[in-house]
Amino acid sequence: MLKQTPSQTVGPFFHFGLTIEDQRTLVNERTTGQRIYIEGRVLDGAGEPAPDALVEIWQADAQGRFNHPADPQQAKADRFFRGFGRSATADGKFWFKTVKPGPVPWDDQQNQAPHINIRVFARGMLIHAVTRLYFSDEEANQTDPVLTSISDPARRQTLIATRQESEDLPCYCFDIHLQGERETVFFNP
Amino acid sequence: MTELEKYNSLDWTIQPPYLHEAYRSTIKRAPQKPLILLPQTLSELTGPVYGPDDIQPLDHDLTRNAVKNGQVIGERIIVTGRVLDENNRPVPNALIEIWQANACGRYFHRVDQHDAPLDPNFSGAGRCLTDQNGEYRFTTIRPGAYPWRNHDNAWRPAHIHFSIFGLNFLQRLVTQMYFPGDPLLPLDPIYNSVPDENGRCRLIAAYAHDVTQPEWALGYRFDIVLCGSRMTPFET
Repeated sequence: MLKQTPSQTVGPFFHFGLTIEDQRTLVNERTTGQRIYIEGRVLDGAGEPAPDALVEIWQADAQGRFNHPADPQQAKADRFFRGFGRSATADGKFWFKTVKPGPVPWDDQQNQAPHINIRVFARGMLIHAVTRLYFSDEEANQTDPVLTSISDPARRQTLIATRQESEDLPCYCFDIHLQGERETVFFNP
Repeated sequence: MTELEKYNSLDWTIQPPYLHEAYRSTIKRAPQKPLILLPQTLSELTGPVYGPDDIQPLDHDLTRNAVKNGQVIGERIIVTGRVLDENNRPVPNALIEIWQANACGRYFHRVDQHDAPLDPNFSGAGRCLTDQNGEYRFTTIRPGAYPWRNHDNAWRPAHIHFSIFGLNFLQRLVTQMYFPGDPLLPLDPIYNSVPDENGRCRLIAAYAHDVTQPEWALGYRFDIVLCGSRMTPFET
């Protein structure tokens, strides 16, 4: 068995390597589903927004299908939706324009609540952090197996993006607290 | 639902911790609460799929992909290797993105104010896909060391940043490749954040004379190992 290659920090100068192409918009005019914005900040232990973090998202399409061979439903997945997005936190904020994902299977009996998988990279992070974003207007959050595995309700709440109406599209606000009292739940996958 | 192939988690005997005080920027950015175990569902066991359409012909050649009016300055090198999983299986169609400083140790980035010249013909960014054997190949120039403000007289050893997308999001990796014999390595808190000596050594490319091209460029080999699936004894 081989050993994993260790991670190293993305550093402060990744932009010209990783975000030359704008990957904040995941949809085009042919993508199916409810358009939404996701917006937030990456905050350090002093509550300061990091201006040099990188947030990556991976999600199912509006029907809960992944454009990936491991998904038995791949053939029916939206051809106009890859499901991956990447945003630097220029001016302290990251944002995405995407579709609200559908529910994804947990097992034969149960689905997971709609969610988005997140990886956070930054100068000062030797290895990325793994978290999930859930939506504040989803009843299914009450029974989601991952959310309900987090016993402390205050910690669970760190994974819920708050819906805000705007003139344009619904916007879900999701601040990521790297440490401190409101530290976001991070996972070991 | 068919049983999904599960993967090994990050190996924390090898991976650097979030908090490594010698690297000062980790102090306010390291998560402090225990990580919560995340079961591997379809959401974790999928990830973005890339193909030849995502790559332009010169993307892998940093000595040519940003040329405006002349040649790139510096020592030309070839960096090649394989992307494998822990089970020694090649990872095909992995997207590798690299970025680096120029030969003088200056990044093509407005925040980098190091007093060293920019090279108008070198951006320092490239990408490629691995082939069916997991092999990749870049042509670039050897980056210079550059100063940073982590501690008194702090210099980063020469390095190339690597970002890799494997078969799924669990295999996601961002790392740095270093050069053999660099005297700055023992002094670098980022390199030394890796707790395992063998792990640190795996971040150093090997000089490869069989890759070196006569009258043209020195060759280096750098293999990358991503999380592998949890194979049963029957499969090994």
